[in-house]
Amino acid sequence: MKAVQYERKVAKFAAGALAGRIVPGRGAKHGPLHLDDIDAPSLPASDWVRLRPRLAGICGSDLATIDSASSRYFEAIVSFPFVMGHEVVGDLDDGSRAVLIPVLHCAARGIEPACGACAVGRINLCERIAFGHLEPGLQSGFCESTGGGWSLAMVAHDSQLLRIPAEMSDEAAVLVEPMACAVHAARAIATDDIAFIGAGALGLLTMAATRALRPGAHIIATAKYSEQRAFAKSLGADRVVAPDELARAVRSETASLVVGAHLTSGVDTIVDCVGSASSLTDALRVVAPGGTVLVVGMPGHTHLDLTPLWHRETSLRGCYAYVRDDFDTALELVQRLDLGRLVSATYPLHRYEEAIEHAANAGPRGAIKIAFDMRNEKQRDDL
Amino acid sequence: MASSKRAPRPGFVLEVDKSTPPIVFHHGEGFRLEKLPAGRTRVLYPADPLPGLPDPDGAIRNALLHPIDCDPLPALLRPGMRLTIAFDDISLPLPPMRKPDIRQRIIEAVLDMAAEAGVDDVHLIAALALHRRMTEAELRHAVGDRVYDAFAPHGLLYNHDAEDPDNMLLLGVTKHGEEVEMNKRAAESDLIVYVNINLVAMDGGHKSTATGLSGYRGVRHHHNVKTMQQSRSFMDRHKSELHHSNWRQGAIIQEAGIKIFQIETTVNNNTFGQDGPLAMLQKREWDWTARDRAAFITMHNGLKLMRASHKRKVFNSWLSPYELTSVQAGEIGAVHEITTQNVFKQQLVPVQGQTDILTMGLPYICPYNVNSVMNPILVMCLGLGYFFNLYRGKPLVREGGVLIMTHPTPWEFHPVHHPSYIDFFEEVLADTTNPLEIEAKYEKRYAEDEWYRHLYRTSYAYHGVHPFYMWYWGAHALAHLGQVIIVGGDTRAVRRLGFRPASTMQDAFEMASDVVGRQPTITHLHNPPILMADVS
Repeated sequence: MKAVQYERKVAKFAAGALAGRIVPGRGAKHGPLHLDDIDAPSLPASDWVRLRPRLAGICGSDLATIDSASSRYFEAIVSFPFVMGHEVVGDLDDGSRAVLIPVLHCAARGIEPACGACAVGRINLCERIAFGHLEPGLQSGFCESTGGGWSLAMVAHDSQLLRIPAEMSDEAAVLVEPMACAVHAARAIATDDIAFIGAGALGLLTMAATRALRPGAHIIATAKYSEQRAFAKSLGADRVVAPDELARAVRSETASLVVGAHLTSGVDTIVDCVGSASSLTDALRVVAPGGTVLVVGMPGHTHLDLTPLWHRETSLRGCYAYVRDDFDTALELVQRLDLGRLVSATYPLHRYEEAIEHAANAGPRGAIKIAFDMRNEKQRDDL
Repeated sequence: MASSKRAPRPGFVLEVDKSTPPIVFHHGEGFRLEKLPAGRTRVLYPADPLPGLPDPDGAIRNALLHPIDCDPLPALLRPGMRLTIAFDDISLPLPPMRKPDIRQRIIEAVLDMAAEAGVDDVHLIAALALHRRMTEAELRHAVGDRVYDAFAPHGLLYNHDAEDPDNMLLLGVTKHGEEVEMNKRAAESDLIVYVNINLVAMDGGHKSTATGLSGYRGVRHHHNVKTMQQSRSFMDRHKSELHHSNWRQGAIIQEAGIKIFQIETTVNNNTFGQDGPLAMLQKREWDWTARDRAAFITMHNGLKLMRASHKRKVFNSWLSPYELTSVQAGEIGAVHEITTQNVFKQQLVPVQGQTDILTMGLPYICPYNVNSVMNPILVMCLGLGYFFNLYRGKPLVREGGVLIMTHPTPWEFHPVHHPSYIDFFEEVLADTTNPLEIEAKYEKRYAEDEWYRHLYRTSYAYHGVHPFYMWYWGAHALAHLGQVIIVGGDTRAVRRLGFRPASTMQDAFEMASDVVGRQPTITHLHNPPILMADVS
C-alpha cells in the first residue's frame, strides 16, 4: 500500500535540515521522507483494529520532523521507519468512522498494571511510551508498529478510537485531534487575562477552546497574516495584533510601565503556540509578574534569557497532547463551532511534497490546515 | 530677483486651461507635478510675502510701551513682583524660523524692561500644554542663548508640565461646566506676559493661556469631537466653538484676578525664501524662470534617490526667513482682533463658491512633527484638520465632496515623540475611525495612562491623549466629506486611516467619480505658503 514514510538516514536528515532552512517544508523533497509501497501494519494484539485513513492532517510537529528541525529528544521515543500522520479520521472495518487518539499509552502497549500517569487517566504523560509490545513511539504516526495516517491503512488500539457521528464531515473530524490538544491547553489556563502568541491552526483552535471554556476571558492574540487575523477574531480573540505589536498592546491595555525591554505589569497567562526562541522571549516580556507562560507549540533547542523568569517568578509550563476527556469536549466544539472550515486544502498522497510545502507556508498562502485526502486513492478499497 | 522688487501680489485664483503648466504639489519630503483638468479646475495661490517691518526691535519696544487697552509694560512692572513670561512652543512657526526668533526679540525686550524696573523674580515657561517638551537646542533657538544661559541653569526657564499635580491650579468652572486650570507659577504671578507667534488665525487670544498653560482637565472641554464639529472653521474665531470655549475659560482666568499682558505677532509668507534653493515653491508655476525649473528638477530627482530618513533630515534643517509684519500688545481681546486682521491681510484669498473636489499637497511638516516624523495620524490632522479648515465662510469643497491629498503617509512613527500615537494607530484605528466612538471608548484610558504620563513629563513625548485630539481636529471634515483619497501613500497606512489609496492623481479622480460624477469641479489649495480661503 502507499504510505509516506520517514526513514532513519543521516545524510538525508542533513539534506532535509538544509533544505528546510532555506524553504520551509522543502525537507519533504530532500530529507528522509518518501512515498513508498509498503506492507500494511499487522495487528499487534486482539484488541487492535485496522483503520483506513480518510483524511490525515499535517501538524507543526510533523513539519519540524520533516525539516529535521525537531529535537534529538525524540530519538528515543520514536521508532524508524515510521509512517507519519497522527491527526486522522478513518474508516473502521465495521463501516463506522473514527477519529484516532494517537497517544500510545499503557493500554495500547499491553502494559499491566498501567503506569502511575495512565492509572489516573493522564495518558499524555504515560511513563511507558518506549516499552511494551510496540516499538517506541510517543504517538501513532511516530511508531514503526502502528503505521500512520499518511497511508491507506494503519492499526489502532480500541482505546485509541473515538467514533464520530454520521453527520460529521471528514473535514471537521480531522480537526478533532488538534482540537483536543487545544482543549487540554485551554484547561491548563487559570486566569481570564490571556495573550496568545501564534495564530496557526493550533493557536486558533486553542483560542476557540479557551473562549468556549472561559467565556469571560479577555484575549489578545498575535496573528501575522490576514486570514489568521480574521479567524482569530471570529474564534474568540478580543483584540488581534501583529506579532511586533504585542508588547505595545499589552502595555497599553494593562497600563503598564516599561523598564528596559520588559513591562512592569503584563498579562497573567501567555499561551505560546509557536514555541520558538523569539516567541518565548516575547512571552517573558509581556507576562505579568507571577504569571504563567504556557508552551503549547512544540519548542526545540532554544536560547533564552531566563533572568526575567527568575526575577518575576514566572511559571514556564509545557502543555502536551490531551487526556481522553479532552477528546469528548473537542468533538463537541468542532461541531458547534463549525471548525471544518479551517481545512484549507487537501492533497492526495502522491503530491506529498506539495502538501507539505503548502502546510509549511500556510500563513503566507492564506491557509490554516492542510490535510492528505485518501478517500479517492485507487488501492484503498482493495485493502 | 524681479519678483522681490515688485509690490507683493495678493492671493490669486487661477482658472486652469490647456496652457496651464503642471502644478507643484507638496508630497511630504518631496513633490509631485500634476496636470489638472482644464475648464473645471481652479488653483488658489497664496499672496506674495508682505514686507517685513523695517525695525522689528523698535516695533516690539513700541508695542510694549504703547499697548492696546492696557498700561505700558513698564508701568506694570515693580520690584518684588512675580513675573512669568510664557511663550509659544516648538509648534510655531512652521517651519521654524531663522534666528533671531521673534520670541527671542520679544523676551529680551521684556527682560530689559523688567530689569530696569528691578524685577528679579522672573520665570520663563514654554506654554506647551499637552505637546512634547522642547529640547535644550529648541529652547535655545526660541529664546536665544543669552536668555537661555541666564535662566535655564537656575531652573527659571522650563517646559510647562501639565501633569505635575503640585503645580497645576484649578481656577474655576465656566457656566458651561468647563474647568479652568493653569500652571501654578503662572497663576500665582503678579503678571503673565504671553509671547505669541500667530502663524494662522487660530493662534493666540485667550487660547494662549487657557490652553497653553493648561492640562487635560481644562483642555478636554474644547478639544473634543462636538466642539470641533461645531467649529466652522476653527480658523474663524467668531464661528469657532473651540475659541468660544477658550474665551469663556479666559473670562474665568480674568475673574480669578490673573493679569495677562498679551503680545501677539504676525509673520509674512516668506516660508521658502525669495531666493535660495526652495524659492520656486512660493512662486506661481508660470512665473518660474529657467533657473527655477532647473533647480526644481534637480531637487525633485535628487530627492527621489535619497532615503526617507536622509530627506527628513534635509527638510528638518530648513529654517524659514520669516519677517515680522506686525506686533501688538496689551489686552487680550483687543490685541487679538488686530492680530487676526493682520493674519488675514497676508493669508486671506477671496474665493467664489465651493467645488466637488478639493486637492491639496501636504508638506513634510505640521505643528506636531517638528524635528520628527510626519506619521499617518498627523497626515490626517494636517489635511482634514488644518488645511481643510483654512476657510472663512464655507469649506472649499461642498458637503459630500471629495478631498484628495498627496503625501507618502509612511507607516512610521517617532518612538520618542509619539508613543501613544503608535498605540492609537495600532489599537484604536484598527477598531474604528469614528471620532465619537473613539472618544467614548478609548480617550480616558489613554489620557490617564501612567506610562504616557511618565514619558510626557520626563522624556519628549506628546501626552497620551494627543493623538485623539489630532483625530478630533479632522472631525468636521470627516463629517463633511463624502470621500478622502491619498495619492502616493502607503496603502496599508492609508486604509488604516479609513481613506482610499491611489497611486496617481488620475486614479484618484477616477475613484472620486463614484461620488462626484465624471466632470466634477476641482479646487487646488496651493499651500504652503499659507493661504486661507474666504469662500462666499
